[in-house]
Amino acid sequence: MGMDRREFIRLAGLSALLGLGGKGAFEIVRPGQALAGFEPEAKALEGKRWCMVVNMQKLDETTAAKCTEACHRVHNVPDYNDPKDPKDALAPAVKNRYEIKWIWTEHFHNAFPGEEYEGMPEKVKAMPFLLLCNHCNNPPCVRVCPTKATFQREDGIVMMDMHRCIGCRFCMAGCPFGARSFNWRDPRPFVKDVYPGYPTREIGVVEKCTFCAERLAQGLMPACVEASRGALVFGDLADEKSEVRQTLGKYFTIRRKTHLGTNPQVYYIV
Amino acid sequence: MAEYKNEFGEFAERPKVPKKIYDLKYVIAGLVVFFVVASFTLWPNLGKTVPVPQPKLDTPVIQKLAQADRKCVLPTSEMRATHMQMLITWRETVVRSKEKGALDGREFVAPDGKKYLASLTNTCMECHSNKAEFCDSCHNYAAVAPNCWGCHLETGKKLAEAK
Repeated sequence: MGMDRREFIRLAGLSALLGLGGKGAFEIVRPGQALAGFEPEAKALEGKRWCMVVNMQKLDETTAAKCTEACHRVHNVPDYNDPKDPKDALAPAVKNRYEIKWIWTEHFHNAFPGEEYEGMPEKVKAMPFLLLCNHCNNPPCVRVCPTKATFQREDGIVMMDMHRCIGCRFCMAGCPFGARSFNWRDPRPFVKDVYPGYPTREIGVVEKCTFCAERLAQGLMPACVEASRGALVFGDLADEKSEVRQTLGKYFTIRRKTHLGTNPQVYYIV
Repeated sequence: MAEYKNEFGEFAERPKVPKKIYDLKYVIAGLVVFFVVASFTLWPNLGKTVPVPQPKLDTPVIQKLAQADRKCVLPTSEMRATHMQMLITWRETVVRSKEKGALDGREFVAPDGKKYLASLTNTCMECHSNKAEFCDSCHNYAAVAPNCWGCHLETGKKLAEAK
């Protein structure tokens, strides 16, 4: 088929015109359809690199327990310690393995292994260090996940997509902080007071702290931060004026197992 | 008589195959038993028609709405045909928002410009708080078993009360 130059230019021009008017044409055929889409919530908190500072000078055991309680309540985290039916009680051998925890406490020598030394202050030894997912900058759990069920968001949060989790537990092997828990049994019957706004989990998936991504999207601070009476500070590390940056500039902080190179983003003031 | 070759390709006499089924009465009895057993589960429904389900819309939240506001996020025909694809898009957008290269946002903008929180429990189940008469009626009819409810709660009523 032959086409001279004039014909070619005419066709090309017409096609370009059609392309420019594409959206308008779409509007005429199916009004509004092109506009249907997604928007972030107007009041959502935005950050470039979320992080948390735990001020152990302000945190006592009751406050730490309150933080855990607040977190586990709004995320429907099951408690296997006190089941309704005594038949469901766990054997001591599997109690630790079955436990689901998003945020919990440990003593110094467990939280910072290798950092303890003889003659260190008794006060520090007795402190209830509040531990949670460190939302590492270089998260090993993300690297090993075969389905991308766990992934790193652009604001630094290491997020879980329960729909994709196949329960292979590679991430649990990868995480050096023990921040991940596996659902060895159906957790729903063990959620004491079901919180209506958040889903539960199913048997066979891994779960962990999400820095309350769902609350940040609604413009709320994480549940543990709200319950901590100022002992936990949450904010944007990239923002020089943020409270976390001010706190980090004022106090010297330590982080867990930095020698492993995961660059954890939960800082502790001792 | 047509020429016949045996399995070695040689001309041979056609073998005599007896034209009868051995143990015919046992074979027929066996076949009858097989068909009876195989179709056993179908008998109770023989000649009956299962009525097409009519998902119920008379929940308290929907009844409170003005007649003009009684519409879903997309037109009914579209919802009926594609709600599952829409829910999957919602799920990917909400859970994987802020992932590199992903769509971002938890608010779904409907074709008419109205915004909805993209959430099964918090948005869908708030109006359609009657899961048994709404979701399940069609899903049971079509014999599909969506696995949403393993994790997601059907707490529409509770939510509406809390608000």
